[in-house]
Amino acid sequence: MPDVGSTRAMDTFPRLLFFHARTRGQKTAMREKDLGIWQSWTWGEVADHVRALACGLAEMGFKRGDNLAVVGDNRPRLYMTMAAVQCLGGVPVPLYQDAVANEMAFVLQDAGIRFALVEDQEQVDKLLELKDQLPSLEHVIYDDPRGMRHYNQPFLHDIEELMAMGRIHNQNHPDFLDGEIARGRPDDIGVMLYTSGTTGKPKGVCLTHHAFISAARGGIEFDRLGADEEILSYLPMAWVGDHLFSFAQAMLAGFTINCPESGETVMTDLREIGPTYYFAPPRVFENLLTQVMIRMEDASPLKQKMFHFFMKVARRSGAEILDGKPVALAERLLYALGQLFVFGPLKNVLGMSRIRVAYTAGAAIGPDLFRFYRSIGINLKQLYGQTETCAYVCLQPDGEIKFDSVGKPAPGVEVRIADNGEILVKGPMLLKEYYKRPDATAESINAEGYFMTGDAGFFDDDGHLKIIDRAKDVGKLANGAMYAPNYIENKLKFFQHIKEAVVFGANREMVCAFINIDIGAVGNWAERRGIAYSGYTDLAAKPEVYALIQECVEQVNAELVGEGMLADSQVHRFLILHKELDPDDDELTRTRKVRRGFIAEKYAVLIDALYGGKASQYIETQVKFEDGRTGKVAADLQIRDAKTFPVVRAAA
Amino acid sequence: MSGRHIGDVILDLQNISLRFGGVKALTNISFDVREHEIRAIIGPNGAGKSSMLNVINGVYHPQEGTIVFRGQERRRMEPHMAAMQGISRTFQNIALFKGMSVLDNVMTGRITKMKANFLEQAIRIGRAGREELEHRRKVEEVIDFLEIQHIRKTPVGRLPYGLQKRVELARALAAEPSMLLLDEPMAGMNVEEKQDMCRFILDVNDQFGTTIVLIEHDMGVVMDISDRVVVLDYGKKIGDGTPDEVRNNPEVISAYLGVAH
Repeated sequence: MPDVGSTRAMDTFPRLLFFHARTRGQKTAMREKDLGIWQSWTWGEVADHVRALACGLAEMGFKRGDNLAVVGDNRPRLYMTMAAVQCLGGVPVPLYQDAVANEMAFVLQDAGIRFALVEDQEQVDKLLELKDQLPSLEHVIYDDPRGMRHYNQPFLHDIEELMAMGRIHNQNHPDFLDGEIARGRPDDIGVMLYTSGTTGKPKGVCLTHHAFISAARGGIEFDRLGADEEILSYLPMAWVGDHLFSFAQAMLAGFTINCPESGETVMTDLREIGPTYYFAPPRVFENLLTQVMIRMEDASPLKQKMFHFFMKVARRSGAEILDGKPVALAERLLYALGQLFVFGPLKNVLGMSRIRVAYTAGAAIGPDLFRFYRSIGINLKQLYGQTETCAYVCLQPDGEIKFDSVGKPAPGVEVRIADNGEILVKGPMLLKEYYKRPDATAESINAEGYFMTGDAGFFDDDGHLKIIDRAKDVGKLANGAMYAPNYIENKLKFFQHIKEAVVFGANREMVCAFINIDIGAVGNWAERRGIAYSGYTDLAAKPEVYALIQECVEQVNAELVGEGMLADSQVHRFLILHKELDPDDDELTRTRKVRRGFIAEKYAVLIDALYGGKASQYIETQVKFEDGRTGKVAADLQIRDAKTFPVVRAAA
Repeated sequence: MSGRHIGDVILDLQNISLRFGGVKALTNISFDVREHEIRAIIGPNGAGKSSMLNVINGVYHPQEGTIVFRGQERRRMEPHMAAMQGISRTFQNIALFKGMSVLDNVMTGRITKMKANFLEQAIRIGRAGREELEHRRKVEEVIDFLEIQHIRKTPVGRLPYGLQKRVELARALAAEPSMLLLDEPMAGMNVEEKQDMCRFILDVNDQFGTTIVLIEHDMGVVMDISDRVVVLDYGKKIGDGTPDEVRNNPEVISAYLGVAH
């Protein structure tokens, strides 16, 4: 990384941009695939474009403190416009491009948007639909003129028109923009990102230049990233992670960002670019692995044998080799062969040959999935953060990877665990405020200046943070020990044979669980063993299946006992439900989250049986079929005791 | 919002009759096509729709009648001459090179525009290289227009039917036609694919001003996107006019839409 950001002169993003343009103007800053060819812009060209855009906006009346909405897929001129807005002391507000018009309305109103930059006709149409509800909206600028020929509304402008205007403005007032950039202060708001609003209305999170530069610098130094990194910018621009990687870190270190041709070509573009630094949510990694596995099934027997043989080697020692731990020479040689024949070509197909650091976050990643990528030599790590913290709280250090932690507090970040288990963070990367919501700001930042994440977690013995649950879901067992139902359920669900799990234990003396088996995986398992079954209810009641699930539960118990404060949460008794939990029966939400309260009420008799020590319980349940008819499922459910492990307590 | 100006008649067919031995495929049919319009030919199975398209295209030569294209009366014309004059087409049963990639298939649409001779192309000397770049750029514009970037390198045979249809349209467009003949562009598609195809047809017409003659089975689709409709039945013309006129024509209703019992 060039030595920037440490001096007064490099403390806002516009200053960083023009610094790169001056010092390494010929280096490639951005690429986009267009008409089948990767088009590129150097830092010098980006700076020129930004200058034209900024001057054009000023000419149209954009003022310091104005907010500008950015709506579209990741495209170079959208990123450039964000920088242009910052040059003028304004605030870019990226929106999710796939939101329907009505969802956008709230944010556009809340942010008092006067100017909007949108990608194409599709987005223009959405804004036209909302125009009546947006009295403050004055100008809409579009990046792609396709299909726009017949639109003659005076407030619509082609971005080329804007830049042409800007160039003239710049000729007439050559000192204007430099003056504006000089007026910028590091504690100005650099960007406003809206929270998704799963709980209530979305809130605009105001983040300063200083916050994002601090977060970016921390991450870059932590992973020793340099100016030569290549990244693929394909995640929504409205998401904090994209702003951190594709904008803040790229501007600070001077990466090259690459914008894909379209949403459908991302995999091809990934392969062509071969990024060195990569981010994807767990489901992307999961889809990739599934594709690999499906293609392996169709491969020739020789290739299949090779694949399975070397994957076994990789599982045994791949992760250790990546972590630089001692591994026997013979094993290393075998791994090197595997690298030559299997892992290398595989990484090439995935577009991951050049990856030095890859991150995942956003949801729990299954340990098998995580281990697969690490074992073939991809340095996949987890991070933890939220919009309010520039996605920068914890990072996994190289060589200290744990499958179930999110790593250690990142440089400059202070993390504390409150008495109720909630994770509190403090540091330069914190939000300044929620836009026009002093009430919400006061609620989420406590008197000592810590941001209250709403997540519950704890530090393990090595100082790694483990996230266990949303803080409001965390309760206590009767003996006062912490109890985090989601955490236990997730552990259970990581087993492929378990589809859903519901655990109970709040204010009780022990934890018990309902299990739903995965009919696909367990059905397959049963067929291979010649176990005949007629359907879900029948299969779920088989003693062999009970034994299988019991193993899983006991393995979870073995893990839990090593996790200090959660050792008391071991699952003592469990049963396998006679029917699959179903959103149609209101047992799951539409996004397949268990509705624990409703289930506890509906199956109260089963819970009584679990805690009452019974060995079985008869139950009859009404179910709704897809065609709206209802029927009954009845069964005599067995209840099993799972082996638990003695809790070793530190001597008091 | 349309900015099209429907122009003068550019294709005028008068008293066309086509026979295969004793079978009369078309009997005394007259109709015209105006510049920039979307003109549909509809009719039940075996009505002579594809034959009509093949007559325009120069595949069949009618025994009787005159064809005037852009003011010139056509004598006997072969399909490649039609192509040279700016008429492209797609086929009812997709006619693509299944083993070749989408890109290569669309490239073949540029064949009439290639000036370099065989030798120059084979060893890529002289204008061949320059030309190829130019053709590729044009083809990429079409790929972008029809939103098929993600399958650029995929062999056509591996694509689902709806996408193959779109690739065929891409190949026809690559020739930069002034008139596009579409033979049942929506046959066998699901509702969503049909909607996409309609949008592309309208976009092509709107963006490039291409005159479009299309045969279609699906009445609903035709009525929505066409400017004028010709109705054939047993090789005879039984209706001609705007979708509304055709819809209310009693002869058309009994022949095509069925008689109310």
